[in-house]
Amino acid sequence: METVSIWIAAILTLGIFSFLYKDNPLYKACEALFVGVSAAYWAIVFYFDNIYKKFYEGAVTAEEPDYFLWIGAILGLLFLTRLIPNIGWVSRWPMALIVGATAGLWMVGYFVSNAMNQIGNTISNIIVRDAATGFIAWGETFGTLVILVGVLSGLVYFFFSKEHKGVFGATAKVGTWFLMVTFGASFGYTVMSRMSLLIGRVDFLLGDWLHILR
Amino acid sequence: MRSYLEKMKASRVLLLVLVCSLLLVSFSTSLLAQTDSDTDTPADSIPAIAAPAQVTDLKAFDTDNDHGHSITIEWTLSADDGAGAKSVISYEIMRWEPFVRDSVMAARDSLGWVQARINKFEKEIPLAEESLDEVLTGQPFLDSLSFLVAYDEKDTSFVLTSEYVDKTLRDTIAAMKRDLPVLKVRAPLLPARFDSLLILLPKEYGKYPDATIGRFDSVGTAVSGVTSHENSSAVDSRSPGFIPDFIDYYYRIDVQTSDPNIRTTSEIVGPVQSSGQWFNSGLVPVLIAILVFTILTMIFVQLAKKGMDLYVRPLAGIEAVDEAIGRATEMGRPILYVLGLGSAADIATIASFTILGRVAKKVAEYQTELNVPCYDPIVMAVAQEVVKSAFIDAGRPEAYKDDIVHFITNSQFAYVGAVNGIIMRDLPATNVYMGKFFAESLILAETGAVAGSIQIAGTDEIPQIPFFFVACDYTLIGEELFAASAYLGREPELLGSLKAQDYAKAVLLASAIIGILLINIFPEYGETFKSWFEVID
Repeated sequence: METVSIWIAAILTLGIFSFLYKDNPLYKACEALFVGVSAAYWAIVFYFDNIYKKFYEGAVTAEEPDYFLWIGAILGLLFLTRLIPNIGWVSRWPMALIVGATAGLWMVGYFVSNAMNQIGNTISNIIVRDAATGFIAWGETFGTLVILVGVLSGLVYFFFSKEHKGVFGATAKVGTWFLMVTFGASFGYTVMSRMSLLIGRVDFLLGDWLHILR
Repeated sequence: MRSYLEKMKASRVLLLVLVCSLLLVSFSTSLLAQTDSDTDTPADSIPAIAAPAQVTDLKAFDTDNDHGHSITIEWTLSADDGAGAKSVISYEIMRWEPFVRDSVMAARDSLGWVQARINKFEKEIPLAEESLDEVLTGQPFLDSLSFLVAYDEKDTSFVLTSEYVDKTLRDTIAAMKRDLPVLKVRAPLLPARFDSLLILLPKEYGKYPDATIGRFDSVGTAVSGVTSHENSSAVDSRSPGFIPDFIDYYYRIDVQTSDPNIRTTSEIVGPVQSSGQWFNSGLVPVLIAILVFTILTMIFVQLAKKGMDLYVRPLAGIEAVDEAIGRATEMGRPILYVLGLGSAADIATIASFTILGRVAKKVAEYQTELNVPCYDPIVMAVAQEVVKSAFIDAGRPEAYKDDIVHFITNSQFAYVGAVNGIIMRDLPATNVYMGKFFAESLILAETGAVAGSIQIAGTDEIPQIPFFFVACDYTLIGEELFAASAYLGREPELLGSLKAQDYAKAVLLASAIIGILLINIFPEYGETFKSWFEVID
């Protein structure tokens, strides 16, 4: 049975890789299988986790029912009213609740992490001294300056009410450079992690399937 | 050959002599050292560690700005911590505990064990049968129950007999075998028993200092040099080390040395009670900042509603949208709009809806084909509404079809595989990726580039932006996505909030500069100023 599974996985892996050459029937078959299986899988998972386990067992058959779950169930049912054209507008209520509640919940968190703490951490001594010797620590001082210039010029870049011209434009340009360097570093880091995914697949094909790698 | 063997032999002999000499020298040295120590320092004269000085100024108080269940203990270091005899290695925080607390903790563990067991055997017949065997042999399932029964012999209302468990288990297994709906074994008496023990705690803690019903137990350790400790627990009463609120606690600190038998206890402080606070005063700066931001937003929304021209600088990516739609019309190819993997509640997805509305309106006007494959069913429902409204606004409601916006799947890479297939088969003239993207960003954008499409992307997921940069023609970075929705929509609410954001950024920028100047010129004022921004959520 395991051998059959490995063969199926290997053929599907090669089918997906064949897209690198061009779109072809094998890729289409793999794609259709992947989409179909995943859609069905998630439908069952959502049904069992949310409707059956959470709602039915929590609010209907439980010895101490959690009546708050009924609110969610009713909102979920309201969402289905969009199938009836005359009362379809009611489906906007649960949507409004989700969007409003999420925005409200995240507002404080974002404000703290993206605004307040960011500025708090930027406010620091420009010249950093070595705690033991008292001499200027040039490395740390340079690091502080980079953070300082990067944060301030980055903020200027994301200022939309003024055209990027003159001193303002030059500062924004510095901000752009900081962004590009950051993106470059991030790109390199992520590419390496993607390579490890590829290595994983190749390892499967050459090891588990073909037994060339032991 | 012979000479070579002789050389080898000679070198081996030399090596042996060298090793023997080394061993001899080291043995003599150790012998001499031992003799010296025997003569100079007799074993019975090794100085014992003196009892360290106790901690002083011990204080215990309810931790501020929390959900309760936490007591903070502060003290002044022992005189022998880092100074004096330098014998302190740590401080042990001791709390007076009534013996009944042991019963509560044991009951909690039993409850967890039994419930985990029940969860398991509700699913599989072999496990259920195994559990039945354990009940019949009396180990260890029944032990967990028998403890709960044994705690208060007078209270017979909670007694669970082995017959009860046995019968219920047998019924469950029989039902499972007959493929009937499984009978639930929830043992409702167990949580009730645990709760009844928990209720005893306030009274028992109140009996301090009765040594017959309680003792001081360790609740934490702080290393030398540390002067405070937070004794806290989770809110859930079944969590390990749960600390109920509104109970009188008593603490002391034991100063520890390297010898476990030598320690000094402090004075005892208490009673102290933990409780939660309704208002987190630590977040006052955030409250003020949000109020200021809200006022700014309201002012600018009102100004926009009154028709004031609020300038927003043009964004290249957005300017390119109209051009890209025109190109698609000329080429007679469709436009692909991908909303990303975010939910309908994500801010990036909401911004993307606005841009989709604008694109759909133009598409309806130019009579171009639009394709919006969706990852999330709720996003799909909202996107259908948005596109439908755009077609109505463009005066072409008859051109709208429900399958313009369609669901693919909820699985990330299956979705990517399907969208890649769409790109390679339909060869869209323009691909727009706006919303929340993750690992699929480069796969989508690269396929689009191979298909020769003009690509415009925007996301607030910073790690994905580099991938869009390398594979797309235009990229909106982070907040530019939100600005784009305001720029395109020109709705007063969006423009007003964008303006308010800009002014908030200006305030933050000014604050950073003021703070840096202060901390470098007047460090004391600078630190105070900085503390306003260091908020713990």
